Amino acid sequence: MVRELLRRELLIAWRRPGEAMTPVVFFLVTSMLFPLGLSPEASLLRPLAPGVIWVVAFLAGMLGLQRLFRADFDDGTLEQLLLSPRPLTLIVLVKALGHWLVTGLPVVIGGGVVAAMLFVPARDVATVIAGLLLGTPVLTLLGTVVAALTVSLRQAAVLGPVLILPLATPVLIFGAHSATLAMQGRSAAQAFEALAAMFILAASLLPVAAAVALRISHES
Amino acid sequence: MHSWHEFLDMGGYAVYVWPAYAVGFVVIAGSGWNARRGLQQALRRARRRAQEVKR
Amino acid sequence: MFTWLHKMGSPPVLYRVAERAAPWFKWTSLVLLAAGLVGGLILAPPDYQQGDGFRIIYLHVPSAWMSLFVFALMAVASAVGLIWRLRMAHAVAAAAAPLGAGFTLVTLVAGSLWGKPMWGTYWVWDARLTSELILLFLYLGFTAVVNAFPDQRTGDRAGAILAIVGAVDLPIIHFSVKWWTTLHQGSSLKLSGSNIAGSMLWPLLVMVVAFTLYFFWILSLRVRTEILRRERRASWVLSLQGVGGARGGAR
Repeated sequence: MVRELLRRELLIAWRRPGEAMTPVVFFLVTSMLFPLGLSPEASLLRPLAPGVIWVVAFLAGMLGLQRLFRADFDDGTLEQLLLSPRPLTLIVLVKALGHWLVTGLPVVIGGGVVAAMLFVPARDVATVIAGLLLGTPVLTLLGTVVAALTVSLRQAAVLGPVLILPLATPVLIFGAHSATLAMQGRSAAQAFEALAAMFILAASLLPVAAAVALRISHES
Repeated sequence: MHSWHEFLDMGGYAVYVWPAYAVGFVVIAGSGWNARRGLQQALRRARRRAQEVKR
Repeated sequence: MFTWLHKMGSPPVLYRVAERAAPWFKWTSLVLLAAGLVGGLILAPPDYQQGDGFRIIYLHVPSAWMSLFVFALMAVASAVGLIWRLRMAHAVAAAAAPLGAGFTLVTLVAGSLWGKPMWGTYWVWDARLTSELILLFLYLGFTAVVNAFPDQRTGDRAGAILAIVGAVDLPIIHFSVKWWTTLHQGSSLKLSGSNIAGSMLWPLLVMVVAFTLYFFWILSLRVRTEILRRERRASWVLSLQGVGGARGGAR
């Protein structure tokens, strides 16, 4: 059943490539704005790179959050999911995974590309990618909770980011600085431990919260 | 502190200390006054509704 | 404890409790506020390094404490409301939120004015101020969510999820911000030396207690207002003492 649901999610994304590709395209385009707006100098861009990549990754993650539940809410699929005998938490987790595969993973890979373009040394690009790999799922999970809370609201697109970003600041801090520390030759172990801990916490608690939020939204 | 003037001067830091306390007073006391006014309004509204029901 | 919770979950009961408790909180808080201010602004000796500028601490620290305490209270009330389906618990959370936001704002302003003479700029990216700024956004987000829904109950419960997630996240946020400041050798707003003199310390503790009691006073007023607003059609509201009578006052 999990496989079925996941396949459905990916199929829907495949059929609507525009919707699915928006976050990663936004990520690449917006990252490009920084050299254009600041300077093409490697000495300026290199130290800024982790911060820029993570902030833009965050913003890209905010786009397309509504696609998690909005379409299902509108056409009644959500109701079916809520009535399903399967635990809603599991359903939510699968939806979040599908969403991340479509919108988060491309950003992880794109982050490596942007890092190289912003003059991050080759050996540190892997650190950037590793950090994004741990951090973007947490962001997706937070987004899942907020999307579940706001699925019935019209102004959800504006409210969502405002709700998520304060909650997600630790991910930004540890993610960006894991790369910065690596670039400075210092140990990024603490940062990665923190990212891993947040990933585990998020994966175990947030799907439950999102499931509860979905029921609340649906009852309105 | 030995004099009223010394107290107001706050060792030269008056321009920081007093505005800070002023903002604190406005927000904290202000929320108090606001809360009291809100309650009075709510009671008045409830009273009005009770009288309408009686009619 | 369970029965107590359900008793307090009854709107008229909560209303009466808030009404009776208010004067007690009012007078104890005002007395302690006076004592704390006298102790902090007059009696405490000037700091070795910061002179009289450190006295902002008697406003900054109690406000910071309250900003966190109120959020924790909101989260607990929200959890109680969700688990036991007590809409009065949500009313308490909704009543408390703006007060918490106010304390957060005061913390930021006081911290900013404390930072200017000490560090030269009106804003310092130190651990406490940065965390408080994030906390302010969490408060604003909560209020936005609760008010975004046409149905009060949905708004309450949606806000409750946010408050609980936010409360669990708060220690993580603090930890991450603190870690972030150590990376950059950030400075922190505090007094010179960790051995704070007794004469400096007691007014601080008194102010913290005073702020807490003051909060509960104002909360009791706001909770009553929330109840009157939410339960306006209930018969007990219409037969309230003072409602329909000649005199109805807020104490």
